[in-house]
Amino acid sequence: MSRPMRGGRNMPPVGTPPKNAKKTFKRLISYIGKYRFMMIPVVVCVLVSAVAGVAGSLFMKTLIDDYISPMLLEGNTDFSGLLSAVTTMACVFAAGIIANFVQSRLMIRIAQGILKKVRDDMFSHMQTLPVRYFDQNPAGDTMSLYTNDTDTLRQMITQSIPQFLSSAVTIIAVFISMITTSVWMTLFVLAFVAVMFVVTAHIGKQSGKYFAEQQRTLCNVNGYVEEMIHGQKVVKVFCREDETAEEFDRRNEQLFQQSSTAHTYVNILGPVNNNLGHLQYALLGVFGGILAIFGVGGVTLGAVAAFLQLSKSFTQPIGQIAQQASSIVMAMAGAERIFKLLDEEPETDEGYVTLVNAKENADGTLTECTERTGVWAWKHPHSDGSITYTRLAGDVRLTEVDFAYVPEKTVLHDITLFAEPGQKIAFVGTTGAGKTTITNLINRFYDIADGKVRYDGININKIRKSDLRRSLGVVLQDVNLFTGTVMENIRYGRLDATDEECIAAAKRAGAHDFIELLADGYDTVLSGDGAGLSQGQRQLLSIARAAVADPPVMILDEATSSIDTRTERIVQAGMDALMQGRTVFVIAHRLSTIQNSDVIMVLDHGRIIERGSHEELMEQGGRYHQLYTGSLAQ
Amino acid sequence: MIRRLMGCIREYKKPTILAPIFITLEVVMEVIIPLYMAKLIDEGIDGGDFHALIVTGAALVVFVIMSLVFGVLAGKYAAVASSGFAKNLRHDMFHNVQTYSFRNIDKFSASSIVTRLTTDVQNLQNSYQMLVRIALRTPAMLIFSLVMAFMVNAELAVIFLCIMPVLAAGIFLIMTKVHPIFKRVFKTYDKLNGVVQENLHGIRVVKSFVREEYEKKKFGDISGEIYSDFVKAEKRMTLTNPLMQTCMYAAIILLSWFGARIIVLSGGRDFSTGELMSMMTYAMQILGSLMMLSMVFVMIIMSRASAERVVEILDEKSDVRSPANAVMDVKDGSVAFEDVSFSYSGKEDKCCLKNIDIEIPAGATVGILGGTGSGKSSLVQLIPRLYDVTKGSVKVGGLDVREYDLDVLRQEVAMVLQKNVLFSGTIKENLRWGNENATDEEIIHACKLACAHDFVSAFPDGYDTYIEQGGSNVSGGQKQRLCIARALLKKPKILILDDSTSAVDTHTDAMIRKAFLEEIPDTTKFIIAQRISSIQDADFTIVLDNGVVTGVGTHEELIENNEIYREVYEAQQKGSVPQ
Repeated sequence: MSRPMRGGRNMPPVGTPPKNAKKTFKRLISYIGKYRFMMIPVVVCVLVSAVAGVAGSLFMKTLIDDYISPMLLEGNTDFSGLLSAVTTMACVFAAGIIANFVQSRLMIRIAQGILKKVRDDMFSHMQTLPVRYFDQNPAGDTMSLYTNDTDTLRQMITQSIPQFLSSAVTIIAVFISMITTSVWMTLFVLAFVAVMFVVTAHIGKQSGKYFAEQQRTLCNVNGYVEEMIHGQKVVKVFCREDETAEEFDRRNEQLFQQSSTAHTYVNILGPVNNNLGHLQYALLGVFGGILAIFGVGGVTLGAVAAFLQLSKSFTQPIGQIAQQASSIVMAMAGAERIFKLLDEEPETDEGYVTLVNAKENADGTLTECTERTGVWAWKHPHSDGSITYTRLAGDVRLTEVDFAYVPEKTVLHDITLFAEPGQKIAFVGTTGAGKTTITNLINRFYDIADGKVRYDGININKIRKSDLRRSLGVVLQDVNLFTGTVMENIRYGRLDATDEECIAAAKRAGAHDFIELLADGYDTVLSGDGAGLSQGQRQLLSIARAAVADPPVMILDEATSSIDTRTERIVQAGMDALMQGRTVFVIAHRLSTIQNSDVIMVLDHGRIIERGSHEELMEQGGRYHQLYTGSLAQ
Repeated sequence: MIRRLMGCIREYKKPTILAPIFITLEVVMEVIIPLYMAKLIDEGIDGGDFHALIVTGAALVVFVIMSLVFGVLAGKYAAVASSGFAKNLRHDMFHNVQTYSFRNIDKFSASSIVTRLTTDVQNLQNSYQMLVRIALRTPAMLIFSLVMAFMVNAELAVIFLCIMPVLAAGIFLIMTKVHPIFKRVFKTYDKLNGVVQENLHGIRVVKSFVREEYEKKKFGDISGEIYSDFVKAEKRMTLTNPLMQTCMYAAIILLSWFGARIIVLSGGRDFSTGELMSMMTYAMQILGSLMMLSMVFVMIIMSRASAERVVEILDEKSDVRSPANAVMDVKDGSVAFEDVSFSYSGKEDKCCLKNIDIEIPAGATVGILGGTGSGKSSLVQLIPRLYDVTKGSVKVGGLDVREYDLDVLRQEVAMVLQKNVLFSGTIKENLRWGNENATDEEIIHACKLACAHDFVSAFPDGYDTYIEQGGSNVSGGQKQRLCIARALLKKPKILILDDSTSAVDTHTDAMIRKAFLEEIPDTTKFIIAQRISSIQDADFTIVLDNGVVTGVGTHEELIENNEIYREVYEAQQKGSVPQ
């Protein structure tokens, strides 16, 4: 059950720059950790392949100046020198290719390893978060961390960063070569690069802006589609097809406008950069030609030719860096959101009392043992080093408990109740009276603000949460099933249960009959949260799942609300047998379900206003009587 | 399939044609530019001709500007064409989905429709843009560059002919090897997301059963699968880069060696240094476009699956439609089932309703009782024609429902579904779904009838309270009451409540029923319920079991002679109702 307190729309829009990029980057780098020795050859390889690329550009100069031009002049036809130069070059190229190959091979392992670790960390950490986190953060927002944000991260690590690195190395190497070839021409290129930079930055900024807008509108359209398609049956029942389609068209048109603008900017970035490169090439040719013709600064024909080639190798990586920069910024924003999840405070657990299997000795004391005995005991270590064992009985006491989901808005006031082992305790009251909240406190999904909760005489704060929850079976109104077979879903209650035990539990829960009718019986694969099963069938499965767990205390929160009365009676019989000697907390609207409870608590606005057995309460003629008879007299 | 998709281009035909034209022009410029650059070097620099240098330089600048203009225009038209194509696709799909019957929706499942409308359309948009921009550009570039290279020096150009097939075959081989792995990766991705989603929604179950470690292991296994698949796919993928480089470098080395030989041996007459430079440029252009071409090819193969999924939505025809000469007026709220059998699959041997024969006068209150899967919901869904009968006929106001205009029929039949939804928007906006022109008074009146007014007015923003998507900020009982109010605003002749008060307490439930009786006596009311108390004051109740009517009668009659009813009644041990 989700409480009405979701934060909702507080997700930063896609495209928001990271708030603290430096810190995020550092943290991201720390993920490289165990791969740091692999990083050394990677860096070496990047260097080698970049140098090979630059050498290729410079080779033109050597070819023309040292071989072609002199040979032309001298009419020399001895190609042995040229052959050795070409061979050397081929070797350099080969080295570059090998380096490139090795580097990308290594990067795959590093990148995918990091991503796996990020995903695993996220999921592991998510499992430790308190229920409060899930109540406050819409599932869709958390989901997008695993999909969108991890995906941009993947792109950054596998594509952007290696390209960024090699571009940077290339730029430096080319720059050095350029400046040694001709200072004047280098200055010319630099001036041109500055122009290019301004233009690219401008277009990039525009496209980034429109892309962010497009992304927002896309989310908006997709959200609308999702909501409407899922509610399509309602749309049909109310004949709202035309209005719905109209509204969709409006949003769709908006998306079109933004999408075409955003894509226009992206699309023109390529031609603009490309042609600026050409322009530079042409102007540089003229400029270099003038220098060569007039012999300024000792510029040779070969130097101009080589320089032209170099200038291309210079502007290309600059364009690439500009393009990668935006995707890096996006990925950093995603990484920041991922780290925010990882920084969420996990559920605290100071519990030290654990649940163990026990054997009863002749004198009534308990001894811990490893095999499953059916007898459970709380193992309670004390500060003086001694250990006591208390039999798990299912005695739950709440004393003067207050609770608030959000500070200042107390939803439970002064709740005191005793549930003795084997008793069936029912909570009755209108929606929002606080029934589910009480059960949330017993299994410590939330911690109480004030008062005491004791379990078999032990303060539940001292009990390790996992052991506390293991001793409590919970069946909720909203059934969540997992992808897998019916059998696996039932076995979820106790992983070492045999098939026979699972089937027996299903029989007890009254689920056996309908399971047998499914296409593959117990091997029918459920997907999409058990879509295809009716709500009632899902509830039966959920009861079977709890039955197989066989816990001493059960919490049934509207567990049978969607099961028809006849089936419920069958289930009830099974449950009653199951519940023999166990403590049960029941929440139900259908009062017939709870009539035979030992104690019925009537809740109103977070307070217990009536308590007693069915007969006692009927006699009192109070709220319970009203609810029961459906009397209209208020 | 392609024709179907092309039908969605419509008003964006112009940009769709203009984009490739401009791109071709841009390519022409890009091929001419290296030629003039060669000239610049040969005549201007090499020849030391200052005049030629300036003239050629100026010509180059003009070409560059033209190329830039063409490039920008092409980019713009390609963006408009692809965005427009996507817009039309979405439009057509969404509008077609609106005509779907329940059966159509069931067939695809809502979430699959959503994926098709979002992810698949986006894939197609990207592919379309690729198609418009690159599919013509690269072959054009390839051909023009090759032609130019042959014109410059046919002997040297043969080098390209040798290298090109190697590169093309190599890339194609890699891509076809990678593709199936990527396909598998995406499936595994879905699985991973599925686990996350299930955990997000079912965290209470995970925590209650202390299955955190179990879930972690499950997730770890899948993320491990993704890791190894991705590594495998990318390992093959990374072969492309070295392959490309090998071809490129081989071209440079060969060009250098043979080029230099030709220059020197011919004394610079057959071939010049400038021409050697332009050959290098052509080498890059040819190999680069070849690489692009194979990428595009793979992209298109990959988007084929999306295209198929989209076309399925477009081609699906609704099986429930208004007839020609439809009746536009529903006389009254009487309903008759005449020998009705119904099956979701349409097959007569798998019917979930069998030979139902019941007549219900206008204004009656009818209870429907039966176990899970007995066919209660199926029965009432036939009245507003959410599904069509497999056999027999359902009559409303004396006429077969299939004779009415669908909108007219559904306007008169208000149904509160078992799985009901509120939409994001204010309470008022949600309620106005029932009647767009409802006044505030009418809205409040409907809410009072549905016992929703009290809690709505207790919200700080009252009727302007914003409902989150899926109605997550109101409780189940509140949601149900709002849905009832929404249905009441239609002022229908027939009102169907399909287990719509299950989360409402008995007391409120009774108040709602009382209001119905007093305020809308002429409306025929169908009430499906689990609680006998909800239906015992009905005019009569239909008891269903396994799709067969086992009893029809008043509360007293059914207690007397219907075993199922009596059993349920006794189970609920209902006390007397003081009316």
